[in-house]
Amino acid sequence: MALNRIAGTTIAALAKGAVLFGVAMLGQAVAIVMLAAIMLSFGLGMVFLFPSAVRLVRGMTGLNRRLAREWSGVEIEAPYQPAPPPPVPYADGWYREGRNLYKTPRIPAFNRRFNWMLKDPATWRDFAYLLADPWSGAMAAAAPVLIVALGVVQFATGTGLLWPVLALLALATAPWVAPWGVRIHGRFAHALLTPTEKARLTRRVDQLARTRGEVVDSQAAELRRIERDLHDGAQARLVAIGMTIGAAEQLVGSDPNAAKALLAKAREASATALHELRQVVRGIHPPVLAERGLGDAVRALALDSPMRTHVTVDLPTRPQAPVESAAYFAISELLTNAVRHGEATEAWIDISHREGNLRVSVTDNGHGGADPARGTGLNGIERRMAAFDGVLALNSPAGGPTTAVLELPRALGTARAPHPAWKSVTIAVGWTLAAVPTFPQGFVPMVIKLTGNGETGKSWFLALHLPESFQWPVIAGMIALGGAMYTAAALLTAQAKRAEEGEGCG
Amino acid sequence: MRVVIAEDLHLLREGLVHLLGAYGFDVVAAVESGPELHAALIRERPDVAVVDVRLPPTFTDEGLQAALAARKQVPGLPVLVLSQHVEQLYARELLADGSGGIGYLLKDRVFNGEQFVDAVRRVAAGGTAMDPEVIAKLLAGNARNKPLSKLTPREREVLELMAEGRSNAAIGQRLYLSESAVGKHTAGIFAKLGLAPSDDDNRRVLAVLAFLNSR
Repeated sequence: MALNRIAGTTIAALAKGAVLFGVAMLGQAVAIVMLAAIMLSFGLGMVFLFPSAVRLVRGMTGLNRRLAREWSGVEIEAPYQPAPPPPVPYADGWYREGRNLYKTPRIPAFNRRFNWMLKDPATWRDFAYLLADPWSGAMAAAAPVLIVALGVVQFATGTGLLWPVLALLALATAPWVAPWGVRIHGRFAHALLTPTEKARLTRRVDQLARTRGEVVDSQAAELRRIERDLHDGAQARLVAIGMTIGAAEQLVGSDPNAAKALLAKAREASATALHELRQVVRGIHPPVLAERGLGDAVRALALDSPMRTHVTVDLPTRPQAPVESAAYFAISELLTNAVRHGEATEAWIDISHREGNLRVSVTDNGHGGADPARGTGLNGIERRMAAFDGVLALNSPAGGPTTAVLELPRALGTARAPHPAWKSVTIAVGWTLAAVPTFPQGFVPMVIKLTGNGETGKSWFLALHLPESFQWPVIAGMIALGGAMYTAAALLTAQAKRAEEGEGCG
Repeated sequence: MRVVIAEDLHLLREGLVHLLGAYGFDVVAAVESGPELHAALIRERPDVAVVDVRLPPTFTDEGLQAALAARKQVPGLPVLVLSQHVEQLYARELLADGSGGIGYLLKDRVFNGEQFVDAVRRVAAGGTAMDPEVIAKLLAGNARNKPLSKLTPREREVLELMAEGRSNAAIGQRLYLSESAVGKHTAGIFAKLGLAPSDDDNRRVLAVLAFLNSR
């Protein structure tokens, strides 16, 4: 059984290696085309060749990224800068590019595309990858296959036995070497095809600028709505109440009964004003959310919903207030949609957390077919979520059921445990003192002993002062101790670095 | 009748003290925070407490929590909770122990002194005073409830008033019916909802609320 499995994975890894090598050779051909296009573009001015060649290169590296993801589990984002917008004509119908005017958008559009491709460092990294791949990453992945192939050829032609022997060796070690080779290729692809730090940050800034714009817009709209509600509602009623009371004041002497009736009216109006204010407050920040947090606020929402709604909540702490509010309104919107558009009768809400992320899933038994592209409500939720780097995943086949999953990263403000002092001390001691047991007390006395100078220069080498039978064990122990210190320090350093990165970026 | 008042807004607190004083209540303590309220309830053992949900120091549901905690120590301690908003969730928590003596009203209801004082008296006597808005929400949530849909419109009106905690006499007054007619309606309601009939007003109300809450 286990043997079968090992054989299966080995053969799969060998086949992957072979395919990767084939792809790399194809990539090499594309790189040569690119090289020719570069020379023709910049040497002979045949610039129209350049964008097509770059597109070919990008197609090829795109294939490599996909293979790296599927076969090596290495996720590689596309590193390219966003494509330039199409040129817009001026009022007179002409297109302007620098100092030149054009009648049609073709040339300005080409210029933009050309510059975009030329100035994107990713273009050149792609090119470098295609040039180097067959001789490095793909070579590592395909090494066992290539050695076996050479061995077969040499054995068949009877020109020697070196390669056939190596081929047997390669086959024997293939279960370990082959999958490792495929992973090496993934690493190599990751090194050259992933966005540079600058490209990643540029993109992040673009995204943040966009979401910030949306947040500011929606907040402004929200404030306008609140202003209108107050202006047309409570404010107007208060004016009416004041006028009614004034009229009652005038009548109180002459017609006490009419005054009494007016005062009763004023009281009614004040109750209505209060009712309207309550609605406005609910729209700004529901009181139960402020009083009890997300879990109970959603339970209250569920109780008020006409559907049978089941709520499960698993939260260790209260999320940050803005996140809580965004999640609440999103859930509220989803429930409303389920009733109004899906005609659902039952819903399930699950609020949970994972590694500091807030996760909300809302499922209903309605007839499905919800689509964010059409529903403005869903669109609004997506925008609200984007402000917190959150995402809405919607699965709503026609006929139902509909499941919406909201994921808000780092919403629970996990106060990350501070780096423990003992770790910092271990790291410092490890790096500074590890050399002492390793070299002066380990390798150096070993060399001295091997060269037979043990009697002449004992110096401060501990092992050499001991009785003969203890010397080797002590030397071995010292080297082991030094090695362990180096390993511990390296591991802890890597761990600390990972923790720091996990905190800093996203 | 001895009453404890908890309300953090000075004006409203004074207003409540005046109002209840004018109707012959004896205000033994008027406090403004959750911990003070809890201490006053345990110390004074009032006949009824009028409590604002949101109180210092946390300005969350401090008042509600203090009242619930005091009721755990003194079972059946009558508490009337006032709030700017009503939630079914809070109503359920208040009614959970099933021992009555619970009121839950919007602050607006204070406007009508007489009705408000009537509610306070009802709660003090171990009855119930639920805000019409809570009942409306409860009934809306029960829209698909089979037995409820069998009620006649008149029976539904009676049910609403009964759920608010009113006696047959008060319901009759409201709907311009004789007390015996109301009695006939309530018997009909209990039969349709499948609840055991009971002569005791208070037990009857709690049964209806439990039924509505059972969703």
